[in-house]
Amino acid sequence: MQHNINSTFDDTKKDYTMALFSRNRAGILNRITAVFSRIKLNIDSLNVSETETHGVYRYSVRVNTTEKLVRRITKQIEKQVDVLKAVYATDDLIVQQEVALYKIPSEVMIDDIQTEDIIRKHNAKILRIHREYTVIEKTGHKHETQALFDELQPYGILEFVRSGPISIGKINY
Amino acid sequence: MFKAESNSIKSIINKNWQQIHDEQPADEAVKMLGSEALVRSLMAENVEIMFGYPGGAIMPTYDVLHQFQKEIKHVLVRHEQGAILAAQGYARASGRVGVCIATSGPGATNLITGIADAQIDSTPLVCITGQVHKDLLGTDAFQETDIIDISMPITKWNYKITEAREIPQVMARAFFIAKSGRPGPVLIDITKNAQMDFLEFSYKKCLHFNSYLPEPTPKEQSIKDAADLINAAQKPLVVFGQGVILGEAENEFKAFLEKSGIPAAATIMGLSAINNDHQNHVGMVGMHGNYAPNLLTNQCDLLIAIGMRFDDRVTGTLNTYAQQAKIIHLEIDNSEINKNVRVNVPVLGNVKYTLPQITDRIIEKTYPKWREEFSQLHKQEYDAVIKEDLTPSKQALTMSEVIDMINDLTQNDAIIVTDVGQHQMAACRYAKYSQTRSLITSGGLGTMGFCIPAAMGAKLAKPERTVIGIVGDGGVQMNIQELGTIMQTQIDVKIIILNNEFLGMVRQWQELYFDKRYASTEITSPNYQVLASAYNIASAKVSQREKLKHALQTMLETDGAYLLEVMVGQEDNVFPMISPGDSVSDMRLK
Ligand SMILES: Cc1ncc(C[n+]2csc(CCOP(=O)(O)OP(=O)(O)O)c2C)c(N)n1
Ligand SMILES: [Mg+2]
Repeated sequence: MQHNINSTFDDTKKDYTMALFSRNRAGILNRITAVFSRIKLNIDSLNVSETETHGVYRYSVRVNTTEKLVRRITKQIEKQVDVLKAVYATDDLIVQQEVALYKIPSEVMIDDIQTEDIIRKHNAKILRIHREYTVIEKTGHKHETQALFDELQPYGILEFVRSGPISIGKINY
Repeated sequence: MFKAESNSIKSIINKNWQQIHDEQPADEAVKMLGSEALVRSLMAENVEIMFGYPGGAIMPTYDVLHQFQKEIKHVLVRHEQGAILAAQGYARASGRVGVCIATSGPGATNLITGIADAQIDSTPLVCITGQVHKDLLGTDAFQETDIIDISMPITKWNYKITEAREIPQVMARAFFIAKSGRPGPVLIDITKNAQMDFLEFSYKKCLHFNSYLPEPTPKEQSIKDAADLINAAQKPLVVFGQGVILGEAENEFKAFLEKSGIPAAATIMGLSAINNDHQNHVGMVGMHGNYAPNLLTNQCDLLIAIGMRFDDRVTGTLNTYAQQAKIIHLEIDNSEINKNVRVNVPVLGNVKYTLPQITDRIIEKTYPKWREEFSQLHKQEYDAVIKEDLTPSKQALTMSEVIDMINDLTQNDAIIVTDVGQHQMAACRYAKYSQTRSLITSGGLGTMGFCIPAAMGAKLAKPERTVIGIVGDGGVQMNIQELGTIMQTQIDVKIIILNNEFLGMVRQWQELYFDKRYASTEITSPNYQVLASAYNIASAKVSQREKLKHALQTMLETDGAYLLEVMVGQEDNVFPMISPGDSVSDMRLK
């Protein structure tokens, strides 16, 4: 048997979502990100929130890398004393969602009937209307929030922010 | 679904998390200063000695250490790197947690090399650093350095104490985490206000820390699978690492070897876990290890890796490593499983508990024909290398014959502490042991300057044993200031400088791989005898074979520290060798 771990996996990169569970402690985020920066791996998105268990925090991390590396770093993160559990999954195994906020000039809402259609079509929500600007919210997959972005762009987007996906496994854990 | 390996994520989280309520009651609380609480925490952990250097941000703690001199001996070093390497020597020789202490800023950053060394060699340490007052954090205050972030990737755990009341619990956790599971360095940074404020002190030892699972339990099935593979093997080979020593599993390991009859080779970090003359011992694997176990790694049908981590210096190129064999990996750290080498049967857990379960299930065997292959290859190595190393035909002394004579004169009973380079390889190849924890070397990091401070720590841990440092003319000049510590603390270490007037190991690579372009590897030395006498340390220099034995005898018979300089062949090489990128089976004899 070929024992070289490098030959066990191919070099294709995929999107992986990691779910990391840790105690809440100053510095733990640095400990986790150091495992990525050590091998010069970019984190595509990162979200932190408290779980259903008080005191336990959940990190959703998106990376694009090989299976060999995602396995290795998952274990290296789980090894950290303050980390309870670290797991990873490919997109087909999880339910994901993200939130995007768009700030556009209010005048285009008033002057341009098109923007109303766009918002309806995308099932987006208006969160705030101000004399100068309007804030729109859209939840969905990245390609959905991106589609709205692309349509709004010609009207002038003042500010845009995306939460990055959060995810939950398809099977009960 | 996220891939959780066996148990579901939720049950693991709940199980770990609930342990928080599971602590024992503490002693009655007494009001005291944070600095005293820190020192009393050390006493509660039975710390008897620590190595350090004072400075502004840690002065309140030094003030208390002064009051408790009888309870805890503080060794004043000459550089904080000396403190941490001495703490490592202490930990490696004794099996206990080594403790060092430094001030903030430069004091703390001077510890870094030692922390990295302890992390990669799994040495249990608690490092204490002073820090500026909590209100000054983040202001670029005098001697403020963010040592927590700097040390984060090279510590097993670290923590910044900013309130006096945190001290007992955090210190208890520090000692527990440093020593349990796969050991490692823990750094505790403590702000000046936390040392100077009062708290209600009570101490209870930490027995578990929720979120941290030091020792995984092996799967029953993997024990069975391992035993089945062993029972079916025709040509099995054991490669053992420091896991045997760290798990205090020397006896369990011996019992396994003696029942199974399997030949066993050490990694550098595994050396001295069993004595050299043990019938199953077939030498050392790795770049400068022995010919037989390296070549036969690629002949065996079963490789049993015990408490080792398939370092690249052990495996050579992975593409051809033990392809014909099945591999069993006994390992405490799950992140080491399938890291470099894909294994057939992983056995997670402390080898102290997993080995006996396997021993129970295997049949008693011997492998006379297989052992014959080792003997034959060993004879080749003897004829091509060992003979000339130990009984040279050349005039110049060899490093190896010096080590060999030490074996003779100490009846294999010394603790050998090495530096890094050719002399290290000579020591690892030829030094003999009669007890565990007798070879202390910087394996994973290869830290030059390791020898003198680590030898000091080893001697202070084991005053009844002879401690001999083997160091190169390069490495000795890296922590030579510690001769001052040896002088002041009167540490009875014997230091042998194997002087080849080169940074020999680098020169060897230049000779072999860079067409003999000796870029910056010729190094001059001070007059070591004059230097030793400046420190009031006895010394001698020897360059002739006839005088070597007498010089070594004098060194061993002299009370107190001794520095012996031995002039050795300038351009000798360490062989056999696996060239970088080559296969273990391509090991060259010259
Ligand atoms: C701190 C540090 N710097 C550089 C090196 C690279 N290095 C490895 S061995 C070596 C030469 C050591 O020379 P010496 O101490 O004379 O020992 P010798 O090989 O000659 O026995 C060097 C420079 C190292 N291991 N550690
Ligand atoms: Mg040298």
